[in-house]
Amino acid sequence: MADNGDEDAQYRIKEGDYVVLKRGDIFKAVQIQPKKKVVFEKQWFFLDNAVGHLYSTTFEIVSGGTLQPQRPKSTQSTCDAKEAGTDNRNIVDDGKSQKLTREDIETLKEQGLKGQEIIQQLIENSTTFRDKTEFAQEKYIKKKKKKYENIVTILKPSCRIMAMMYHGREPGKICHLRYDTLAQMLTLANIHAGSKVLVFETCAGLVLGAVMERMGGYGSVIQMYPGGGPVRAGVESFGFPTHFHDMLHEFPICHVNALLAGTLDTTAKDPNADAAQSSSTAEEEPTQPDPGQQGSPEEQSMDTSSGPDPPQDQDKEEKEKRKELKAQEKKVKMEEKRKKLAAAAAQLEGQNADGLVIASRFHPCPVLIGLLKFLAPSRPFVVYSQYKEALIECYTKLKEQGGTVNLRLTDTWLRHYQVLPNRTHPVLLMSGGGGYLLSGTTVATDNSKPAGSQRAEEPASKRLKLTDTEG
Amino acid sequence: MSFVEYSEFIQDGDVAIVYLGHDSMMPVKVQQGAQTQTRYGVIRHSTDLIGQRYGSKVTCSKGGWVHVLHPTPELWTVNLPHRTQILYTTDIANITMMLELKPGSIVCESGTGSGSLSHAILRTIAPTGHLHTVEFHQQRAEKVAEEFREHRVAHLVTVRNQDVCKEGFGVTGVADAVFLDIPCPWEAVGHAKAAMKKQGGRVCSFSPCIEQVQRTCEALAAQGFEEISTLEVLLRVHDVRTVTLPLPDFGPDAAGETAAPPPAAQNHASLTCKTTTPPREMAGHTGYLTFATKPRT
Repeated sequence: MADNGDEDAQYRIKEGDYVVLKRGDIFKAVQIQPKKKVVFEKQWFFLDNAVGHLYSTTFEIVSGGTLQPQRPKSTQSTCDAKEAGTDNRNIVDDGKSQKLTREDIETLKEQGLKGQEIIQQLIENSTTFRDKTEFAQEKYIKKKKKKYENIVTILKPSCRIMAMMYHGREPGKICHLRYDTLAQMLTLANIHAGSKVLVFETCAGLVLGAVMERMGGYGSVIQMYPGGGPVRAGVESFGFPTHFHDMLHEFPICHVNALLAGTLDTTAKDPNADAAQSSSTAEEEPTQPDPGQQGSPEEQSMDTSSGPDPPQDQDKEEKEKRKELKAQEKKVKMEEKRKKLAAAAAQLEGQNADGLVIASRFHPCPVLIGLLKFLAPSRPFVVYSQYKEALIECYTKLKEQGGTVNLRLTDTWLRHYQVLPNRTHPVLLMSGGGGYLLSGTTVATDNSKPAGSQRAEEPASKRLKLTDTEG
Repeated sequence: MSFVEYSEFIQDGDVAIVYLGHDSMMPVKVQQGAQTQTRYGVIRHSTDLIGQRYGSKVTCSKGGWVHVLHPTPELWTVNLPHRTQILYTTDIANITMMLELKPGSIVCESGTGSGSLSHAILRTIAPTGHLHTVEFHQQRAEKVAEEFREHRVAHLVTVRNQDVCKEGFGVTGVADAVFLDIPCPWEAVGHAKAAMKKQGGRVCSFSPCIEQVQRTCEALAAQGFEEISTLEVLLRVHDVRTVTLPLPDFGPDAAGETAAPPPAAQNHASLTCKTTTPPREMAGHTGYLTFATKPRT
């Protein structure tokens, strides 16, 4: 029993945790911060009371925005169908069936009535409720529950929840990448612990976070990023343990050409950089030379201590000191940045990555062609685009240059179902499209070029009206 | 080679995938001295495979060549010997995400069948997770256990030859996720619950028929499962083609400017573009996926 207490510790909500709020099918990612007002589904409340409770607990929001854990009760319906009609022939939509007015309901709310009680009132004051069929009554209660029950469930984040949340709330931020498409990507790219994966995304960090979750802190992920810095707000919301971030590297794509040409200078000033760069890399590939020296912090501290030299004028010295300290700080920061770049470059240099995942608003073609060079032969890659035409271009380009097999352009069709006794059918609304994927496997390009071999390349379009492209 | 870890070079005892051409592949057990016949000629394992880099091009005896690929669960799914109907990558991808599988997950599965899903699960939960898989058909259970050994994932999986509906999964209170692909999943829902951690977890049932889904959902609700959700996913393949569309000739423009296009060009006027076409037939149904969450008990 004592064990159980410990065992549950990891399932308890702690201050500072990244959590997901849930009501119905609506999700929102927040961090647990003291006295922080959270707005969710037009309601505001504080999460302070959630601390110490178990994840997946449902809370009722009571006056003052306080959370109160809901007793786990299995009261299915408010009234167990005492009376019910057989069909809707006697129900007329005259807008008069509900005797309570908007104001009445507001008054009830102000009196502090709970959602359940308000629904009971609504049912009692509905002239048509008794005439509704059993099914319609159930639907009515469900609808009202959604409207009047002030409940919220606090969940531990996961890739499934994050993907569904982003798709539901802010699809524009994730290039309209649907959750089942993300699922395909993770599987098609064979993301698993211990591998070295390149990720290029502009999906708020959702794709990066999903890849990191699947790798469980083993191996390395290199985020190839465009522009000034990597965007990964979404990764924070996954609430990973700190050691997960040790496997994360970043490399700006503006340095890719220089890296490939061997002109990228990451060793500036510090001749020992090669030895130092791996200190931030927790899980090194076994094939790489393992310098593993932890000399770098020492070097830094030695540098800083050598700052103040000749003590002369007090005031001047103080000023100078501060200035120097600032400069030193900047230097250290620059040094850190340089080291990070060097570490990422070291990961890439072998051109032996195990997987490539691309999902961005950029044209996928140059991204794919540029980053494929970093993959080892016989490794999977997958590219997402909201637009099929962009991927057709990638496909054509890859066919021209060779070095890949198993190319496939796909999308998935997803339908949800309502499953109820005698009322099972597809849900009335479905997603119109979840984006497109191009997936394939790299192969060695040595020897002769694969073009013009026995394999049918794209036939000359002149002769044929409708030609197959094979590969 | 292992199904949960890449290697650079092909070694004796590996399982390699020989890629022959568009959608044409075959699995090969690499053995010193062995030979494999392909339509492009013979592959001699000792010289053509062992010591070569995965992904390299191998020239066969008739002069044709193939690529030798490192096995992955996805390649295995399209190459494995079918002993049963199998789950394909599209469904597997959704099952993996919706069951929230990741390194370290403890998973129960039944039936094992041909092991298509099992390999994908093992890839995802390695190196610290474990799969308990239950198969009621003895030969199938033995065969799949042998494959797990050959694929060097045996340390991550326990195969049990029993009937999950009668005897359960052989473990209690340990699983983060349970997957059911059996004729009467509703009979195993109670066992699924028992196998799962008290803190809760995720369950999935795959059934081709809606009547099975109906009964399974009722059983799940009766056992206190929450967030019950049924969905269906289909893969749509787009074949990239170059199409040439002829342009119609409406005769000379009445407004004049008749001399503009030479008549010869008009006769053959056409437009060429890159597009995609759907395959003539596709898998229109595989099965319904029902997911649910087991609350803390």
